[in-house]
Amino acid sequence: MKAKIKVTLKTGVLDPQGKAIEGALGHLGFDGVGEVRQGKYFEVELAETDHAKAKEQVKAMCEKLIANTVIENYDIELA
Amino acid sequence: MKSAVVVFPGINRERDMMLALETVTGSKPVSVWHTETELPKVDLVVVPGGFSYGDYLRCGAIAARSPIMQDIRAKALKGLKVLGVCNGFQIITEAGLLPGVLVRNKDLRFVCRQVKLKVENNQTFFTNRMQKGAIVSCPVAHGEGNYICDAETLKRLEAENRVVFRYAEGTNPNGALNDIAGIMNESGSVIGMMPHPENMIEPLHGRTDCRPLFESLLAA
Repeated sequence: MKAKIKVTLKTGVLDPQGKAIEGALGHLGFDGVGEVRQGKYFEVELAETDHAKAKEQVKAMCEKLIANTVIENYDIELA
Repeated sequence: MKSAVVVFPGINRERDMMLALETVTGSKPVSVWHTETELPKVDLVVVPGGFSYGDYLRCGAIAARSPIMQDIRAKALKGLKVLGVCNGFQIITEAGLLPGVLVRNKDLRFVCRQVKLKVENNQTFFTNRMQKGAIVSCPVAHGEGNYICDAETLKRLEAENRVVFRYAEGTNPNGALNDIAGIMNESGSVIGMMPHPENMIEPLHGRTDCRPLFESLLAA
């Protein structure tokens, strides 16, 4: 099984990289670009075959290492 | 005063820190490699600056989960003194020894210059030889020193006098909340700071403003 994890900054957390990208899109002439927020994407190969157990395992990984929940949210998709 | 300096792959300020500790306190610190599982018997552990694991994932995140950090965390909870400087501050914060997090500098630039530091709390193991409110020069060198935390944590840090150092007015180099440059945990056994006091202790450094910080360790 493979876990696909998206980590995004919580609302209200300053994202200077997103801001820089937003500015660059403007310089390239893309009109109508609103706020840009940058995040991270991870793919984790798992030996676990049980969906529920895998989800628990990946959730623990996110809480303990992959995301810093002070500033980040995470979203898990199993495939 | 016995001390240990922890070394992770990618750390590069451990020699400066060891030299500062030895020069001022008179005893040579022990260097501890990150794969070790138990600290030697010491009064103070310093987590120095650098770029542990190339700042992969988040600055300090990988080092914070290394074997030696388990023992440091356990002993810190029992009162062992821990000082984290720069990347060391990021590491001990990621390890949960201090609240909040250090994120990218507000303007995305790596800052390497001198700032003015204000000593907000002089009742700690690293500031007891300083005057409260004293302003000293200190170098900073970091890309991710912007301290943030939730509103409630910030309120507690301020109310409990746990902001140890603040960037003096107009010198905040990274956008940190309330100009925070250094904080401590509830019991005062753990202190983290972004600036590098180890690089401002002898005439060769240009100034010796931060020498009393290291002298404080002898009284603590």
